Amino acid sequence: MLSVILPTLLFASLALAAFGALRRIALWRRGRPAQVDVLGGLLAMPKRYAVDLHHVVARDKYIANTHVATAGGFVLAALLAIVVHGFGLHNRVLGFALLAATALMFTGAVFVYKRRLNPPARLSKGPWMRLPKSLLAFSGSFFLATLPVAGVLPEHFGGWAMAAILGVGVLWGVSELFLGMAWGGPMKHAFAGALHLAWHRRAERFGGGRSTGLKPLDLTDSRTPLGVEKPKDFTWNQLLGFDACVQCGRCEAMCPAFAAGQPLNPKKLIQDMVIGLAGGNDARFAGSPYPGKPLGEHSGNPHQPIVNGLVDADTLWSCTTCRACVEECPMMIEHVDAIVDMRRFLTLEKGATPNKGAEVLDNLIATDNPGGFAPGGRMNWAADLNLKVMADVQQAEVLFWVGDGAFDMRNQRTLRAFVKVLKAAGVDFAVLGLEERDSGDVARRLGDEATFQGLARRNIQALAQYRFTRIVTCDPHSFHVLKNEYAAFGGQYEVRHHSTFIAELIQGGRLNLGQHTGGSVTYHDPCYLGRYNGEYEAPREVLRALGIEVREMQRSGFRSRCCGGGGGAPITDVPGKQRIPDMRMEDIRQTEAELVAVGCPQCTAMLEGVVEPRPAIKDIAELVADALIEAPLRANSVASSKREAAQVNP
Amino acid sequence: MSVKIVSLVSVGAHPTSGRARRAEQDARAVELGLQLVGDNLQVLHAGKAEEPALRAYLGMGLARLHVLEQPAGSDALPALAEYLRDAAAQIVLAGTQAETGEGSGMLPFLLGEQLGWPVVVGLAAVESIDGGVAHVLQALPRGQRRRLKVRLPMLATVDNAAPTPRQSAYGPAQRGELQAHEVDIFDDPLLAESALQPAKPRPKRLKVIKAKSGADRMKAATAKASGGTGQVLKGVSAREGAQAVMKLLIEEGVIR
Repeated sequence: MLSVILPTLLFASLALAAFGALRRIALWRRGRPAQVDVLGGLLAMPKRYAVDLHHVVARDKYIANTHVATAGGFVLAALLAIVVHGFGLHNRVLGFALLAATALMFTGAVFVYKRRLNPPARLSKGPWMRLPKSLLAFSGSFFLATLPVAGVLPEHFGGWAMAAILGVGVLWGVSELFLGMAWGGPMKHAFAGALHLAWHRRAERFGGGRSTGLKPLDLTDSRTPLGVEKPKDFTWNQLLGFDACVQCGRCEAMCPAFAAGQPLNPKKLIQDMVIGLAGGNDARFAGSPYPGKPLGEHSGNPHQPIVNGLVDADTLWSCTTCRACVEECPMMIEHVDAIVDMRRFLTLEKGATPNKGAEVLDNLIATDNPGGFAPGGRMNWAADLNLKVMADVQQAEVLFWVGDGAFDMRNQRTLRAFVKVLKAAGVDFAVLGLEERDSGDVARRLGDEATFQGLARRNIQALAQYRFTRIVTCDPHSFHVLKNEYAAFGGQYEVRHHSTFIAELIQGGRLNLGQHTGGSVTYHDPCYLGRYNGEYEAPREVLRALGIEVREMQRSGFRSRCCGGGGGAPITDVPGKQRIPDMRMEDIRQTEAELVAVGCPQCTAMLEGVVEPRPAIKDIAELVADALIEAPLRANSVASSKREAAQVNP
Repeated sequence: MSVKIVSLVSVGAHPTSGRARRAEQDARAVELGLQLVGDNLQVLHAGKAEEPALRAYLGMGLARLHVLEQPAGSDALPALAEYLRDAAAQIVLAGTQAETGEGSGMLPFLLGEQLGWPVVVGLAAVESIDGGVAHVLQALPRGQRRRLKVRLPMLATVDNAAPTPRQSAYGPAQRGELQAHEVDIFDDPLLAESALQPAKPRPKRLKVIKAKSGADRMKAATAKASGGTGQVLKGVSAREGAQAVMKLLIEEGVIR
């Protein structure tokens, strides 16, 4: 009896799954074309899955082991079941192998079941609560059905009743695991996820690489849409990426905007994109909604504008582009890319950048700085420092990229401290002076690709006139843009954040440093230095050199919480229940440190905006400058030479 | 509303960088026009058609911008007057003062004079238009509004009391059309003879705060200017009026 039911169920479900898969692929192909290495990607996929994806999943050991057992067991069990039960190859060895695979899968499924008994808020419920039972049904049924094959039980054991129970179990199992995979059930993540890994839009991320710069928009081709209006304006592999989401909610747990009660939840956003690609509404979404936005009021389809149908604009503008979601995503989905793509449409086509956005963009166009300050005042902060200007010296070892912090009185203290350090180390450096412009970071993240490209082109032009070996900057945003985003426009530079550069100076013995005397210190990792560029160690190295033992926050390093200052978020200023910098200051307070070391003008401004009493905020450059010991030897020689000159003069 | 509205725009200059941009007040004139008649608004500029800063107006969602092609330094007045006379416009909106060129703020008045139209300064809102009469709100200092009934056609200038202009978006700015019209060219003798120089800010009378308490300061900041010792002269002869003015000028030290 079973020898008829099992192959029928297996092949019928596989055929239906194949049909569903083709339908799903057709959905993705509604997107715009994208360049991918189709075959190479497929070949690289198993390694990407086993190494890169597992590396992210393994941050949670429980679920990593569970997933290895369940998924590994399932893949083996499915293949063997097709051979053994589908083609009726009743070989004892294969039978035992299938028993082992289903047993492994069953064990994993038990742990999935346990996780689902009292699931954390970040996990989606709904059909996902059914999944462990389906996994148990699949593995259990196939285990029992295989026992006779392995010769453990006699053929036809249990008679009709047993066959009926197993038939139902197998039907349930294959429906969830084969049909559900292609027809939009929870198991879709396996099918779409595998292809997403194969045809990822940032293949450089695999194998330990890093790809964080936003992709440029082709403004010269009038057929290219300016950003994403409708789901079909995404590239097809972006759509595929959305479909890969497993709704684990790790992004939600890390998102600063979600925690602050702003109307953004990265997981929901990705699910909304899935709704957009397949059509429907969000009433059946089984996770946390956007704070303050009830479910069931939004719907969409591939040909309908996303904003104010599927997603509200303030959801998109809540993002600080801190990349915590992307860093956490085990499926390596690119949330920030999608958000910026949609922002581009709002800014470039609709002119709908909220709050101060329009003013900041106008200022950037008219004055090359977001504050609208007179461009001639860019070097006022250094009026008494006698800085060398590139236009005069033409070449220098280091080009010091000042950034727009030049107009901000708080940041000027950091800049002056860093200049003091550079001078103490005897670094040959020069600035661009009035030829420097805003790097374009904030314009780009507000979606104004045109203004960004204009600024980038003019900066690259200015930089091309001079010779220098590297650029050093105190601003991680400029650092990121110069290092990772100018290359697409022909500007390739060696760029260092000032913390990295100071660490090099200290290693080279070029700084004579005393000890820090200002009490206990914690360090706040800027997103654009850490997650965007992987620099976690150099700032800590500098602090250690000052005799500081950093009191790490619970969320530090790659899990550092954003200060709320990135992505133009302070400009668009979407209201929430609390402010992101206040939450970060709470993290800082928990370390009981008296001072927080920062390395970013945005972080400085956001954290100093928290009401007192609170720990003091100092840039790493300021801490180093405070601990500098002016070299006594050199000071003497300068003084003595002066004295001689005085004697000659009557 | 199916009246024909024309907004006049000029090329502005950013106050700190001096870079060409859409003029702040002219953008408000466009915004007001767009709010009144949407896509039917006609926007007009007299000057060079290839000026990129004009695209910032197109970025507000205009399909085209009409340009009366003129070289720099020519007199915009005759060309505008002739065009508007033929255009059958009912309402012409303009900024109060240009940010570049002479920037005298005289253009709307001279234009009104040439066309024989009433001129409303400081237009804040148009409430209704029916039967060739417009009910409009005129902005007065300190947030006060005066309701006016004006027979169309009229010319109105807007200042900061008019609605804030919408953001200029790149896409529509690139797609919009700068439609050039050939017109007769008139030289501007004043601009040809005299040189432009940057204006110096006028000296301001020091404001002495006498208030002792917070309530007094609040009052001083919010109260209507009381005019102090001023007096309203009504129904007096020209001679009496002139004498009063003379007296004031001597008191203020303008005439010694």
